Amino acid sequence: MSTHDHHDHDHGHRHEHDHGEASELSETELRVRALQTILIEKGYTDPAALDAIVETYETRIGPHIGARIVARAWTDPAFREALLADASKAATPFGYHGKVGDHLVAVENTPERHNMVVCTLCSCYPWDVLGLPPVWYKSFAYRSRTVKEPRAVLREFGVTVPEQAEIRVWDSTAEVRYMVLPERPAGTEGWSEEKLAGLVTRDSMIGTGLPRSPAGEGA
Amino acid sequence: MNGIHDMGGMDGFGTVDTRDDGVVFHGKWEGQVMAASRVMGAVGAWNIDQGRYGIEQLPPHRYLTSYYHRWLARCEWALVQYGYADADEIAAGHALRPGRAPPRGKFTTANLDRISHRGSYLRPPQAPARFAIGDRVLARNMHPKGHTRLPRYVRGHVGVVERLHGCQVFPDSAGMGEGDNPQWLYTVRFEGRDLWGADADPTLKVSVEAFEPYLEPA
Repeated sequence: MSTHDHHDHDHGHRHEHDHGEASELSETELRVRALQTILIEKGYTDPAALDAIVETYETRIGPHIGARIVARAWTDPAFREALLADASKAATPFGYHGKVGDHLVAVENTPERHNMVVCTLCSCYPWDVLGLPPVWYKSFAYRSRTVKEPRAVLREFGVTVPEQAEIRVWDSTAEVRYMVLPERPAGTEGWSEEKLAGLVTRDSMIGTGLPRSPAGEGA
Repeated sequence: MNGIHDMGGMDGFGTVDTRDDGVVFHGKWEGQVMAASRVMGAVGAWNIDQGRYGIEQLPPHRYLTSYYHRWLARCEWALVQYGYADADEIAAGHALRPGRAPPRGKFTTANLDRISHRGSYLRPPQAPARFAIGDRVLARNMHPKGHTRLPRYVRGHVGVVERLHGCQVFPDSAGMGEGDNPQWLYTVRFEGRDLWGADADPTLKVSVEAFEPYLEPA
């Protein structure tokens, strides 16, 4: 198998960085345009399909899906049980087009245990329920440190977990995808599922955040 | 391969920049690279493990750019590697000869379902599972030159099987173009102190997904 070192037509990012942000973008954009043109001219796809993929992840598949799943789990004990037993199956009605792909696992935060999700080898992330990962999830600092010093990472997110609680880190090294079921905030008794979903942040479903406090929610 | 991609436990990358503007793509080109890459996966030009292996083979200084820069470099490389474009076409920025028919044909808006949901990597087992939940297992001290998904930081350490995920496509084979070669997949949980020494956080437990060939009885 040939390696990238033998790839003669690579422009090299080192070069791009030396020329600053503006020229980096234009050189990158030229390469991306070339890529798209080749795919279209060779008949592998068409412009409408490429645009539709971008639009799907910009507007249709995102953390709002996960937030609704969490809110349901907070209000419906049977759903919570089903979610923890088989998340792909339980979350199906909430997924885009009524579907959630394999192999989703939901892990539950408790007062005794705080879960965090990472992918040290690339940036595996539960796209079907949270959309595309944020920049920090793909960062080298997050990927390298979360499995070793998660409490320090949490502090950088402004999150403090009680000293005696277990920190449970899930490194997504295969085709299993994890989402965290955060604890329901106190003071939300009687809230509707929809209102609860508004408290569920994306970071709280990866374990680097907690749900919003109900006090912060406007009338 | 023991590449720069295998980052678990490394020091030197600084603090996490937790800022988030909520923007999905920073620059239109990021979305375009994502879409182009997903299309080529969806038509069957290369599988997810071959794609990952393409990124892992980037020299470290090129790997350490940005996520979508890596995707772009991988897509250019894989088009050539798997016969869907030639290097002179990548350089010219347009097709110079007809394409190769991909296994699943042209990707159109009618095929969006193929990318909007994860596929299944479950496969029929070739043999009964060797380990059961609760078993103590040793993550093998192995250093293959090709694609693998056993991170370095667990190799040589003993953990406990916590979950069994069925029999799934084996990345070490699929990534090298050697077929699915399905293997049992386990969640193996390690104590933080076993991985990082006596000074490590005593409340830390870390798990990886480990395929059966990565493991031995402990």
